Amino acid sequence: MDQPLFEAKNIVKNYGSYRALDDVSIEVKQGTVYGLLGPNGAGKTTLIRIINQITGPDQGSVWFKGVPMKRAHVNQIGYLPEERGLYKKMKVGEQCLYLARLKGLSEQEAKRRLRTWFEKFAIQDWWTKKVEELSKGMAQKVQFIVTVIHEPELLIFDEPFTGFDPVNASLIRDEIIRMKDQGATIIFSTHRMETVEELCDHIALIHKSKKILDGKLNDIRQQHRTHVYELDFRGNMPSFANALWAGAEIIEQKHQDNNHSVKLKLLGNNTANDLFKAILPVCEIVRFNEVIPTMNDIFISTVQTPQ
Amino acid sequence: MGKIGLIITREFLTRVRKKSFIIMTILGPLLMGALMIVPVLLADVGSSTKIILVVDETGILDHGLKNNDDIIFVYEGRDLKKARAIAVSKRYYGVVHVPVFKDNDIRHLQQNIRFYAADQVSLGVKSYVRAQLERQIERLQLQSQNVDQALVESVKLNSNVPLPITPLQPGTSNTDVEINTILGWLSGLLIYLFIFLFGAQAMRGVIEEKTNRIVEVIISSVKPFELMMGKIIGIALVGLTQFLLWIVLTGSIYSVFTGVVIKDKYSAENIQQMMMKSPEGTGPKVDEAAVVNQLLDGIGRINWEVILPFFIFYFIFGYLLYGALFAAIGSAVDSEADTQQFMLPITIPLIFSFVMAQAVVNEPAGALAKWLSIFPFTSPVIMMVRLPFGVPVVELILSALALIAGFVGTTWLAGKIYRTGILMYGKRVSWSELIKWLRY
Repeated sequence: MDQPLFEAKNIVKNYGSYRALDDVSIEVKQGTVYGLLGPNGAGKTTLIRIINQITGPDQGSVWFKGVPMKRAHVNQIGYLPEERGLYKKMKVGEQCLYLARLKGLSEQEAKRRLRTWFEKFAIQDWWTKKVEELSKGMAQKVQFIVTVIHEPELLIFDEPFTGFDPVNASLIRDEIIRMKDQGATIIFSTHRMETVEELCDHIALIHKSKKILDGKLNDIRQQHRTHVYELDFRGNMPSFANALWAGAEIIEQKHQDNNHSVKLKLLGNNTANDLFKAILPVCEIVRFNEVIPTMNDIFISTVQTPQ
Repeated sequence: MGKIGLIITREFLTRVRKKSFIIMTILGPLLMGALMIVPVLLADVGSSTKIILVVDETGILDHGLKNNDDIIFVYEGRDLKKARAIAVSKRYYGVVHVPVFKDNDIRHLQQNIRFYAADQVSLGVKSYVRAQLERQIERLQLQSQNVDQALVESVKLNSNVPLPITPLQPGTSNTDVEINTILGWLSGLLIYLFIFLFGAQAMRGVIEEKTNRIVEVIISSVKPFELMMGKIIGIALVGLTQFLLWIVLTGSIYSVFTGVVIKDKYSAENIQQMMMKSPEGTGPKVDEAAVVNQLLDGIGRINWEVILPFFIFYFIFGYLLYGALFAAIGSAVDSEADTQQFMLPITIPLIFSFVMAQAVVNEPAGALAKWLSIFPFTSPVIMMVRLPFGVPVVELILSALALIAGFVGTTWLAGKIYRTGILMYGKRVSWSELIKWLRY
């Protein structure tokens, strides 16, 4: 599990005088879901294209399973680009077969696997339809199938859920989780932070062509703790306020008879235990929890911080 | 099958299965066949008998105007007014008026003969009537000089020089200028059309992939260059297939046509017979039959086994040379409407070569023809125009090598533009931008 499936080392990519990637390194461990985040135009797509061998880096190197990446490795990658589409005039089955064979599958094998997938998604009767007859969501399903049909070791999804209704989105999400459980490694690029929190093990944030954040999702959230806690208690508010010492300050408060909700920020090195010691004599604690920043908060605060 | 093979197959099959391809394949030879057959048939049909009244005020013509199958001269007294009234009421074709002429002045007479026509006079009728009148004038002039007309006729008849053309150096083939001109024109035109037609198809294919957004999916499986070449080659095979089907179909139409419709009528024997029947040994019918006979004879003598392979070579490589450039244009734009600014520099040499074909036909071995048939951007059209007239082997080899080198060069250039262009959306690209891409 510790062996990185994919590594990019010190990648620099220029388009003319514009530097799209500036000394970016990432390491994607086998069997993990890696979130590649960043505002629009940060350089995510360029990095993904380098991973896919669509374009090459000007400096730096890319490694797949410990060896320098070669052209042949693209057969072990499945890529669902953000800008995606199908031949409109071509029939669905024929098109799937073509794209599967371009990924190196034999005709029989491609047919066999496609049949399984079409059954799984209950879309067998689409086989002879033209793509232009499908709705956007239907076409996205077909697109998803051709991305994973060759059972690649590395899957790259760029905004995979756009165009899906909630039912189909969860269908796709389940498939992604299933593939992860079967050992596939997944690189995820999305702007939907709740998806990141739900699915990703590890994230990297790219901003203005540089990587500015990298680490396990949980570690990053811990690092971005703001020491804010939510506390519900029963008791007398003035005596609670008197019990607090200089180590804590109230940010928000709500009251209803004897029931009080407050949001507290602990200052200095004070811990929750220090807080408890101070307030236990004066109130009855109903609920207490730490407010851990969401990925959304982290994203916004990191991107808005001047570098 | 390699990945590029898969791409070629897809590009080929999706196009060949289209209705438009099947229609074009059938329509092409029919149109070409019609082009050959209709003029011949038209000459046969459609000409009704035309009656022309002749008012010969002095009787000088001595009823000497000869009728032919279409035109009948009727002598109608000496009163022009009356003749014109008759012609109008009976809907005759017209009236020829030969006035009284002063002092036996034939020049005066020549200037004053008039043809009053009911309708537009066709060129054929006018020239026939004129020829008949000129014969009479000639006769009068000979008479006034006391020359025996029969003698002149027989001298004329025996002064015919057929002038067959023989090559200056032995070993080269001798050529029928007319047939070669037509053949050169036609094959040059075909190459020109094919390059435009299939080059535009390559361009449209690239734009389609780009606007469909499927291109990024595909180039995560194959190299952009492979995708581009696969498409260009696939379309080349479509063109080749279409052309070969045309040859086969046209060939069969032609052989049926020559075998059934015109073999007898325009055979040498039949022309001989017609000549015997016709008092002067000529006349439009006989001339026409002789021309058709010559034409058929000439077509039979064309060196198809030389022309065809070269045609295919220049078609394939000419298309490949331009096709790569067309594909590069397609990659640089978002829609067909944006292609204009880039199309012009590419179409100019193609159109130029087609325009220059006229000059080349007139002087197929001149310096202009030589250089244009070696320069790879003009050689596909120009060499096809020259080829029927015979081209030295050295020039052929030079031209072929230059074309292949040109194709390698444009493909390399196009590949560089293509791989950047296909991933560039929503940006109006300028020429300087394109040149920048070459360095990416």
